[in-house]
Amino acid sequence: MYEHDVLIIGGGLAGLRAAVEVTRAGVDVAVISKVHPVRSHSNAAQGGINAPLTDRGDDWQGHAYDTIKGSDFLADQDAVEIMSQEAGEAVLELERMGVIFSRGEDGKLGTRAFGGQKVARTFFVGAITGSAILHVLFEQSLKLGLNVYEEWFVTKLIMEDGVCRGVVALDIKTGEMHTIKAKAVIMAAGGAGRVFEPSTNALICTGDGLALAYRVGVPMMDMEMIQYHPTTLARTGILMSEAARGEGAHLLNAEGERFMQKYAPDYMELASRDVVSRAEQTEIDEGRGFDGNVLLDLTHLGREFIEHRLGYLQEVSVEFLGIDMAEKPVPVQPGMHYIMGGIKTTVDGATNVPGLYAAGECANVSVHGANRLGANSLLDTVVFGRRSAVHALDYIKGVGPASRAEEDLASEKARLQVLLDRPPGERIATVRDDMARGITKGIGVNRDQASMEGALENLVNIKSRLPGVSVENKGKVFNTDLMFALELEFMVDCADTIVAGALARKESRGAHYRTDMTERDDENWLKHTLVYKDDAQEHGTRVETSPVTITQWEPVKRVY
Amino acid sequence: MQVNLKIKRFDPTDSGGKTWWQEYEVDVHTDSTVLDALIEVREQEDGTLAMRCACRASICGSCGMRVNGNAKLVCKTRVESLSPNGEQLTIEPMGNQHVVRDLVVSLDTFFDQINRVEPYLQPSFVPEQGEYTASNESMENLVTSMNCIMCGICVSDCTVLEVDSNFIGPAALAKAWRFTEDPRDGKRDERLKALNDEDGGIWDCTRCLKCVEVCPKGVAPMDRIMELREAAIEAGNTNTHGYHHSESFYNSVKKNGRLDETRLAIDSAGMFNIPRMLDLVPIGLAAMRKGKLPSPMPHKSEDHKKVRELYDSVEGESK
Repeated sequence: MYEHDVLIIGGGLAGLRAAVEVTRAGVDVAVISKVHPVRSHSNAAQGGINAPLTDRGDDWQGHAYDTIKGSDFLADQDAVEIMSQEAGEAVLELERMGVIFSRGEDGKLGTRAFGGQKVARTFFVGAITGSAILHVLFEQSLKLGLNVYEEWFVTKLIMEDGVCRGVVALDIKTGEMHTIKAKAVIMAAGGAGRVFEPSTNALICTGDGLALAYRVGVPMMDMEMIQYHPTTLARTGILMSEAARGEGAHLLNAEGERFMQKYAPDYMELASRDVVSRAEQTEIDEGRGFDGNVLLDLTHLGREFIEHRLGYLQEVSVEFLGIDMAEKPVPVQPGMHYIMGGIKTTVDGATNVPGLYAAGECANVSVHGANRLGANSLLDTVVFGRRSAVHALDYIKGVGPASRAEEDLASEKARLQVLLDRPPGERIATVRDDMARGITKGIGVNRDQASMEGALENLVNIKSRLPGVSVENKGKVFNTDLMFALELEFMVDCADTIVAGALARKESRGAHYRTDMTERDDENWLKHTLVYKDDAQEHGTRVETSPVTITQWEPVKRVY
Repeated sequence: MQVNLKIKRFDPTDSGGKTWWQEYEVDVHTDSTVLDALIEVREQEDGTLAMRCACRASICGSCGMRVNGNAKLVCKTRVESLSPNGEQLTIEPMGNQHVVRDLVVSLDTFFDQINRVEPYLQPSFVPEQGEYTASNESMENLVTSMNCIMCGICVSDCTVLEVDSNFIGPAALAKAWRFTEDPRDGKRDERLKALNDEDGGIWDCTRCLKCVEVCPKGVAPMDRIMELREAAIEAGNTNTHGYHHSESFYNSVKKNGRLDETRLAIDSAGMFNIPRMLDLVPIGLAAMRKGKLPSPMPHKSEDHKKVRELYDSVEGESK
């Protein structure tokens, strides 16, 4: 058995930023992650990180309003205000830690344009911003001697009298189960993209953190808000950063037309992501696409510029499709990319369960509302990763040691043994793919009552098949098969909350676009959906709502 | 498209460790990567196969393994490029690292090496507010090293690590370069001296180019190591085996038009370095027995004047 004052689940940007904060306070902390920290999905963020820097003539209100407008007024404005106000210092601090941000002529940080914003306030490192920040935070973790449980998989949160007291986890390398007690747990375990197929997300983004919290009574907020990124590479689904359009790339249909003219004449290709993805889908559906794609055209930017500023995009375009972006446009399509929804938290990262905090993609503060702006996700991770740590540090002052941990260990061992002992049945991957394709079909760029009910029906079928899924690998060392079975259960929980949230919201807002209810309904739906786990209900979910916090920006019609 | 895979398996729990080869055949899309084929095996043929993978887009660094003898990021390697006519692909875990199970190696070797170079910024001052001022060129220069995704592929195929596990290794040295070249770092001289003096440091690279060849991200670790050597010499670190070796090499070829190997050995060690000289004796005797001892007398090549002209020409250009 292990014990720490603060335990952070996840070693991506939110987790490492939180860990740096706790370590600096001289408090005992550990990170636990199913992958080594530098393998985390934060790596995949390409384009940059937003911050309004006042000494560059920008102001936090401008960034806040763009974020709120981008969210289709579903974001909580108090949370957005905090994020915008703390953004500048958060980014500058990353620079001082060693991030090699691009510079202007004066040797100060330079910016590029990004979607949904008229001010260029996105700080970046080529098209590897997430990776460049993650590796620097990892450097800091080495400097601080951070304790990391690498390749440990959390199977359960330990609860004692309604308070979170640690975790039970599987050491993947040895196959042994352990308890790790903690006075506070910060969930920073990332998103749930694999609930969908295809998705830009890494294979590790299986919603573990969301499901762990959901199972102990934390509501999942606005789970219907799924971001489809407008530019994912044809066939492979690999992300092509918004930075391409930020740097001037055009979107063309089969007629060679810059079709965004029709949908967002003012912002064109740099409208909000939901708007651009929907426009692409319309072009494709109305027969003006290429084999289910539109074209992303960078040819006018020139080879040197492309290789300099967007090197990673050129690398994947050449590697995976054999297309030189300086010569030819690349085919792209909308692809599932990010979940705006997640574990409901306060602006300090606190959940309704004492001792449990959340930050990053698994959390919903809410700053992204119904649609996240590009380059706000990295910002979210560092601002709220830090804040959750600060609050957790305060919370643990009055917390004593846990007592019940060993009971949970025994029950978890028994639960996993049942999985291992199942007779041969359906393959994990088969059930997972059927689930993910069903969810993607029903909860797509466009959706309606029938498609969402179809997703629910499919999910009911999946849940009936779950007990028949078998784990082929019976070994102990590095048994990923067992882990995939557990991940599948997590993903099904996430799918439950997504479908429940989507069916509940009777309007179109941001990413939740219903072709049978195309208007936003502020009178009835300017509120969050909260999905609770409730086994007494038919589908195991109970949906409630909560009001949106409005501070100074009244909702208006959203035009780009 | 049918893909034929021959995979090296390892089970550490089976009577103290059992290694075997297993063949699989799977059907995948023509554009598929080697990773796609391996995932197909794991998901549809054999759930006991252990490997790491995550992003599928060559950015997380999880899926390094050897394909047909060379370490590769399998998510970035298309089946067709190695097997245009359905040839069998041989898949093994990476080299120079302890195998945990099947295609999974321990990360300890890699990160122990990284830790040896104090891999974090050590600035001489921290601005009270705002950022450090630095030229864009100086930051873009560092992208070469920040492109490193810590996949371990260069470590796997490093020919020095194969015989000398004490070598800091290509990835860690490329990481070190990222700090010696960072204008914000305040420990440049100390870092260069340590990398120069340390056993297993910059002079242990044999310039075989293998890391440059296999690195999937263009980090070109060997080039970074050569830049570290130049920087270390410029910073005055000249009293080392490595520096004497390259200096002797330079002088010998310049003077004679060819390498005087005896002189090279003596110069590298230092004439008055008695223990090292004594170390050389058995090597010399062994070489003599095999008829491979170079003539102790320096002799000039016929065209040594032309070689001298080459020196002058190259040095003139660089001035």
